[in-house]
Amino acid sequence: MEKGAIIKHDLKKAPKTGDWGYVYPRVNKTRCSGCATCVPFCPEAAISMKKDLEAANKKGEISSFDYDFCKGCGVCADVCPMKAITMQKK
Amino acid sequence: MNEELAKNFAPGHSACAGCAFPAIIRAVLGESQDPVVVANATGCMEVTSTLYPYTAWKTPYIHNAFENASATMSGVERAYKIFQKKGKIDKKIKFVVFGGDGGTYDIGLQSLSGALERGHNFLYVLYDNEAYMNTGNQRSSATPYGANTETTPVGKKSFGKDQKRKDLMAIVAAHHVKYAAQANVAYLADLKRKAKKALETEGPTFLNVFSPCTNNWKFPTSQYVRLARTATETNYWPLFEIEDGNYKINMTIENPKPIEEFLKGQGRFKHLFSEKNKHVIEEMQKITNENWERLVRLSK
Amino acid sequence: MTTANNKKNRIALTGGAAAAEALRQIEPEVMAVYPITPQTPIIETYAKFQADGEVETEIIQVESEHSAISASVGASAAGARTVTATSSQGLALMNEILYIASGLRLPILMLVSARALSAPINIHGEHGDVMDARDAGWIQIFSENAQEVYDNTIIGMKLAEKAGLPVMVIMDGFSTSHSVENLEILEKDVVKKFVGEYRPEQYLLKIDDPVTFGPLALQNSYFEFRVDQEKAMKDSKEEYLKIAKDFEALSGREKNYFESYKLDDADQAVIITGTAAGTAKDVVDKMRKNGEKVGLLKINLFRPFPREEIVGALKNVKNIAVMERAISLGTYSPFYADIASGLHQEEKNIPMQQYIYGLGGRDIFAKDIEKVFEDLAENKISKEIKYIGTNK
Repeated sequence: MEKGAIIKHDLKKAPKTGDWGYVYPRVNKTRCSGCATCVPFCPEAAISMKKDLEAANKKGEISSFDYDFCKGCGVCADVCPMKAITMQKK
Repeated sequence: MNEELAKNFAPGHSACAGCAFPAIIRAVLGESQDPVVVANATGCMEVTSTLYPYTAWKTPYIHNAFENASATMSGVERAYKIFQKKGKIDKKIKFVVFGGDGGTYDIGLQSLSGALERGHNFLYVLYDNEAYMNTGNQRSSATPYGANTETTPVGKKSFGKDQKRKDLMAIVAAHHVKYAAQANVAYLADLKRKAKKALETEGPTFLNVFSPCTNNWKFPTSQYVRLARTATETNYWPLFEIEDGNYKINMTIENPKPIEEFLKGQGRFKHLFSEKNKHVIEEMQKITNENWERLVRLSK
Repeated sequence: MTTANNKKNRIALTGGAAAAEALRQIEPEVMAVYPITPQTPIIETYAKFQADGEVETEIIQVESEHSAISASVGASAAGARTVTATSSQGLALMNEILYIASGLRLPILMLVSARALSAPINIHGEHGDVMDARDAGWIQIFSENAQEVYDNTIIGMKLAEKAGLPVMVIMDGFSTSHSVENLEILEKDVVKKFVGEYRPEQYLLKIDDPVTFGPLALQNSYFEFRVDQEKAMKDSKEEYLKIAKDFEALSGREKNYFESYKLDDADQAVIITGTAAGTAKDVVDKMRKNGEKVGLLKINLFRPFPREEIVGALKNVKNIAVMERAISLGTYSPFYADIASGLHQEEKNIPMQQYIYGLGGRDIFAKDIEKVFEDLAENKISKEIKYIGTNK
């Protein structure tokens, strides 16, 4: 046991909150504009903009999700100005 | 995981799906050029981010108790000061307190007031979800008039809370702090600008950030940004700052939406949409208008 | 360490000023304080040292005792040598955070000018306030007079940091805190060297090695943390003795868990602590001159409680009177309960009478203590608590 319960960040000890949800986000690669509006609103910091060969926008980037931590809240889908993200059942 | 976004506050925390405060933490801390030490009042943020053996905090962090985050930070900040004097530390460090409305408007108000008066160099960030959410939705002095909470329940003789929320910004301003601002999680650019300004200001600074609670306001987990935006669009939660005592409105809504637009998506206000509670909505509109007019007056 | 090389200075100070003098020599980095009678002489004296540039300490003038201890937790967690001081209602107001300070294993030193608790309000000396805090995970050291306050402040600071636990150094409000006595002080550099540098392993301002203080520990871990804390508390007993003996070598003043005063061949023994122990020793001397086999045990270290050692020292006495300046409403007072459990464990069935004296600053006189010894000798021992010097 840590003296005084003083602990350090260690992602290996993190609960995988990805199994909380019953839905998960999927991005439509042709609709995603690469604007990254969804990114900072994600409570789990689970969204990154990643290069994708099928991306239709000029940046060539689309939202990519870390399903290890995504709780399936749907905030990303709600804030997406292009309606490019949809929540799908697991 | 988005490494850049998660550099101070990682995922793996157990805040509810669709919680607003993680975005606030990341937006605020992301604006510091220097390392940050965080103190946190007891509350949702604290319990969900530090469940042993995991901590989501990648920056030094202390949780002491509910009512004393500001006093705790006073000690940290003075320790830093003497370390600097003695040459024990040369790095610049910033100090940020996070507290909910219970820990700030209510139980932590004295501790906050003391720390503001003493002039410690720290930023206090209040994430305001308008009631005691960690304990399951009991009213605080930040809870709006008309809200249904577990301790202001709607009943045959009750329409919910029948007192107005406290004007905490005015209380903070009365301490002559150099910078205080009201912000909203839905307006991240505005929040970041304010955080940056606060962090760059010497002495105590304060941010009151609107932070909708999906669980206890009872709205779908996907809606916190949408709902928070409506709060500002109805003038329920105006964006403003107080610099050296001078009020400045940051966003003027051309045609503010009626308060119902903000109320309608939330379970805590559901009871107001009945004939007998029409007067409550009218009163809420009146309170909102009066608050706005007061703010306009103060900004002149 | 030898006493020979250490220049000794005699000085007349109140107990409060003696604590401040020891602090001047230790020079803590942060001191978070709030005024309360009869503690204020400590922080006032120290504030003057600061004002005269004699010490380099960040004094935080907080807005309550709750914030005094809260800021102390912050400063100590940040890595600074930290001190605070209080009395009575102030200590009671701190109570919540006392447990947090010890749970986080923060070596905060607190000077307590012990005073009665309200209601009715009373500003005078008593041990009720510190007894209220006896289960909070703080090491507690009692002092008889200004000299002991000075000594214990130095011992306490070092002990806190060695044991990784907070320490309360206790003096009786007014009778010690405000009474001027002659005492012997060490040179500042000797004290500084004795206490040493504070070098915590983990602290908030160690910015490249971030830690989280104060996590949420639930059913699967909280229990173990508490058991660990108890172990640390138990281990601190040895640490106390070691530091006390080192200080004895430095100062020439005998230090131990408790003081045995003419106890070896005593039949009748009184257990006591604080200012009244001085009067009690005079009574022992006087009665010894008359050939009466009386002795005294004065408790210095109260938490952790040196149970076996105390019981060992009492093993040959015929009767015991436990004299306490605190009341545990609804049961016996703390010393009595602790000693009774120790005697039981050692299968010592020594008759023991509980006395309570001095609540709210009520005077106790030599004749009162003499009467206690006389009653013991006449086997006037009962289960009933006896109150000394009450009007009814």
